[in-house]
Amino acid sequence: MSNVVQASDQVTIEPQRPWAVKRVVRATNAGRLALFAALAAGITLVSPLANADGWALAFLVVNLTWTIATAVRLGAKERRDAIVRVVVSSLAFLAFVPWLSIFISTALKGYKGLYPGYLFNDMRITSYDDELTFGGVGHAVVGSLIMVAIATILTLPLGILSGIYLTEVRGRLTFMVRFIVQSMAGVPSVVAGLFIFATVVQSMGRYSGLAGGIALAVLMLPTVSRTAEEVLKLVPDDLRSAGYALGARQWRTALMVVLPTVKAGLTTAAILGIARVIGETAPLLLTSLNTNGFMWNPIGGTLGSLPTYIFAMFMYGSEFSVARAWSGSVVLLSIVLFFFVLARRLGGRSEKRAKAGVGKAARTSVGTK
Amino acid sequence: MTQRTMTMTTSDLSATNKLEDVQGDNSSFRGLETRAVHAWFGKHHALAGVSLRFPERTVTGLIGPSGCGKSTFIRLLNRMHEFIPSAAMAGSVLLNGSDIYDPSEDPAMIRLKVGMVFQKPNPFPAMTIRENVLAGIKLAHLKRDNHDDIVEQCLTRAGLWKEVKDRLDASGGSLSGGQQQRLCIARSLAVEPQVLLMDEPCSALDPGSTLRIEETIKELAEKITVIIVTHNMQQASRVSDYCAFFLTDGGPGYLVEADSTRKMFTNPSDPRTADYVQGKFG
Ligand SMILES: Nc1ncnc2c1ncn2[C@@H]1O[C@H](COP(=O)(O)OP(=O)(O)OP(=O)(O)O)[C@@H](O)[C@H]1O
Ligand SMILES: [Mg+2]
Repeated sequence: MSNVVQASDQVTIEPQRPWAVKRVVRATNAGRLALFAALAAGITLVSPLANADGWALAFLVVNLTWTIATAVRLGAKERRDAIVRVVVSSLAFLAFVPWLSIFISTALKGYKGLYPGYLFNDMRITSYDDELTFGGVGHAVVGSLIMVAIATILTLPLGILSGIYLTEVRGRLTFMVRFIVQSMAGVPSVVAGLFIFATVVQSMGRYSGLAGGIALAVLMLPTVSRTAEEVLKLVPDDLRSAGYALGARQWRTALMVVLPTVKAGLTTAAILGIARVIGETAPLLLTSLNTNGFMWNPIGGTLGSLPTYIFAMFMYGSEFSVARAWSGSVVLLSIVLFFFVLARRLGGRSEKRAKAGVGKAARTSVGTK
Repeated sequence: MTQRTMTMTTSDLSATNKLEDVQGDNSSFRGLETRAVHAWFGKHHALAGVSLRFPERTVTGLIGPSGCGKSTFIRLLNRMHEFIPSAAMAGSVLLNGSDIYDPSEDPAMIRLKVGMVFQKPNPFPAMTIRENVLAGIKLAHLKRDNHDDIVEQCLTRAGLWKEVKDRLDASGGSLSGGQQQRLCIARSLAVEPQVLLMDEPCSALDPGSTLRIEETIKELAEKITVIIVTHNMQQASRVSDYCAFFLTDGGPGYLVEADSTRKMFTNPSDPRTADYVQGKFG
């Protein structure tokens, strides 16, 4: 018996990821996509295709052509793989096109009115058709944030509670609660506004941010409670059983075991709800109306907001006021986008943590990535 | 049996295990072989320098205390390790002489050749017993036309045929735990793997089902290579031809000793192995 020592034991050992896509391949792919994007832009210039949609279509066609051309020399199995991959990513890309198209055309029309002071000034001393270097949207952003905050404070506990009722308590009214909450999602926003007008506005005797916030809450509640329910449903029953087996009562288990597990999911629920209502116009026209200046008091009278700012600017109809409406739209879209990205980030992080499972090492996993 | 014993490699007692190549000829080895494999989860070094050979048509038991990297090791053998986002590895795993981590290899094809049975029975609940057995064939687009024969043959080899032959259209979830596990074994046999990995397949089962699965494993070894992780020393001594003992001293897990099961249980070369198989620690 001779001892043959393997050479591979002698060299220092580095963690490797043989399954990862090689950096060269990734760089080539990125380079090819960039090239195709440029090519698509060229096609858009010389052909009847126009705008973002035309560019996206050209980009898609170029990519598909390339895949089909290269797939010819692959084996049957790889060809199927390659084609399915391109079709799926193209469809995902297609779903992205309307969004891209809206955002780009809004940005193209709205960038003129954006100057550094735009976010910090109001329209108190500026008239709607003044030069675009005066005035701003600050008061509308503040108003929108105040009303959304009110709506969130009202809906978040309610939404989570109804989610808990539907998944944890599962009482006799489960069916009714779910039915009512879901049919609330079908209430037209103008009807919600009218309802709040008839109750809150009329009993207070004036328009206010509070009324606007309540109207938004009515629209936000179905989204939040629906998302909360879905998130809570994902908690495996084993976890609840583990809580009960430790002698915990149902509400303790729901509070200390189930809710912390889905903290990030509930944050996502809230953010999705916010993104859903921040652009609502009709209910605000009936409840908070509009102002031209900064206003911090939610019960002190009419309160400006981004959607009503945009609406008012459009209705005024002069060249500069319409440009202001587009700039306001850019701000509003950016805020919605910000909330969606935030929701993805928070949701994604908790997903990663759940997957990594045990161990401190898992949580500080960088290095080899 | 004597020939089998000789092909098994033993390793150095130090943490860097060296491959003691008893038979010399490397390229013609049939079966599964690992050469100095390491595994990481992020920065956490979970497994260090394991070199082992699993000759064709043998059963190898992997034993060792909790957390010493047995599951990590077994998941490296059919490329399931890479599903963990922070995972990394080093070394090579050879199936009949060719590296399964070679960039030209298709991981799906590797997993077709190296099957796996999990600790918790996981039959597909939405499928019937029959569909469960045929699931692999459907999922991998394999061309087979004698489906009924395959179902009967695989269920028979898994020791489940007699119990379920009259209710093949019942849901896979309607079986008992032990039956579900045997259904999972039948499911992995249907795609005709060359190697079957089993990570504590009996840990949730009663003694009767356990014995039946052990018989199944012995019969399987007439055709394929079986690698089984177990915490049950009697089980290891009953089913396996070879045993490999893993350990960790707080750092990465490593291989202490690997040899024929008889030697590991009667006269191991490392005192820690003797202590472990006699239940003195771990
Ligand atoms: N997904 C993971 N992320 C981070 N670390 C992990 C992961 N899985 C396992 N580990 C770590 O790798 C080491 C080996 O774990 P492994 O599951 O392989 O042990 P084991 O020998 O199978 O134990 P047991 O007998 O309890 O099943 C442990 O220290 C564990 O913390
Ligand atoms: Mg394990």
